[in-house]
Amino acid sequence: MAPYRSILDLIGNTPLVDVSALSPNPNVEIYVKLEGQNPGGSVKDRPALAMIEDAEKSGLLRAGATLLEPSSGNTGIGLAMVCRVKGYRLKVVLPANVSAERRQLLEVWGAEIIESPGSEGSNGAVRRARQLAGEHPEWVFLYQYGNLANPKAHYESTGPEIWRDCPEVTHFVAGLGTSGTLLGVGRFLKERNPEVQVWAIEPPAGELVDGLRNLDDGYIPPIFIEEGGEELLDRKTVVGPRDSIIWTRRLADVGIFAGISSGAVMAGAARCATQIERGVVVFLAADGGWKYLSTGAWTGDIDDVVERAKRIIYF
Amino acid sequence: MPVAVRLPTLLRPAAGGRSLVSVEGATIGEILDELQHEFPAMAGQLLTDAGSLHRFVNVYVNDDDVRYLDKLDTKVTAGDTVSIIPAVAGGAS
Repeated sequence: MAPYRSILDLIGNTPLVDVSALSPNPNVEIYVKLEGQNPGGSVKDRPALAMIEDAEKSGLLRAGATLLEPSSGNTGIGLAMVCRVKGYRLKVVLPANVSAERRQLLEVWGAEIIESPGSEGSNGAVRRARQLAGEHPEWVFLYQYGNLANPKAHYESTGPEIWRDCPEVTHFVAGLGTSGTLLGVGRFLKERNPEVQVWAIEPPAGELVDGLRNLDDGYIPPIFIEEGGEELLDRKTVVGPRDSIIWTRRLADVGIFAGISSGAVMAGAARCATQIERGVVVFLAADGGWKYLSTGAWTGDIDDVVERAKRIIYF
Repeated sequence: MPVAVRLPTLLRPAAGGRSLVSVEGATIGEILDELQHEFPAMAGQLLTDAGSLHRFVNVYVNDDDVRYLDKLDTKVTAGDTVSIIPAVAGGAS
């Protein structure tokens, strides 16, 4: 095999692995797409590279530019890696309550961290970043929640890879987050086969919504509205931290070392399998388990781990 | 038949500070109507004037968002828990 010219050439083309051994329904196969195999360690390498290349093409990004992004971790980490390779500076607005490893990884690639209150979750990070972007027009604000290059990255890479590797897919399950993965993959798969069902998994809103003073402070990602997310999704379902940890551990039973949100999405895939007669479920594991070792997710007492998980953003 | 409804922090003052109330109704639409009737301070917070769900309000039956079930016609039965949750930026990565 010829050597790769850049680490960025390793982004995408992740493997799909049969985990049907975990299926609660013998007539439903389950496959997982391992996005932790990306060089920055998560699915977010894809939109990070796509948004930067898109901004380079449009002339928004010039040599030596400074970028700003709200992220609870993975997008910031992906952007930090791409920025380091391409010579841009990056400032990440990060909620205070993310796992220690997420912060350390941002520092590996030299990103500057601007903390937002943990109690405000991702909402608070988005709000702070938008405010900073207004004050610093010289910074480039790619804004994953509102950047169509985000779902496009999945429409052009993640979706076609799944279709290439598993055209029998009947259900696609992934975490909601910015909605970029579900919008891009969901649209691609439905264009190939309109029967494909798209399931979104989300964590409980928990205490994060308690900071909301008024309903109009609510937030729906602009890409979700622009890309017709409400029409595209067939199901949106909540998976709590206990099920997320239980399924993260079950994935390890078949050798898959994935992050806690992947456990949540696997729980959703299993729920889907119990509700259909037969089918082929493909779910996306957004990252590997490395960044969550400090939570004790695999080895700690389950009640303690669940309590810890409630206090951090793992999605 | 009464169904348990969980209220988010910002709607609790309208229900005398309670986080969990019991409401009669067979569908989500009936439950929301009844909530607004019983707690008039919630009027306009849950449904728009046109009678659809407020865009920043998500309603769940157990774990499922009703927008992706039968919306306001989604049926509820005794033992179900309905949760009203404001839309926030998901724990996106």
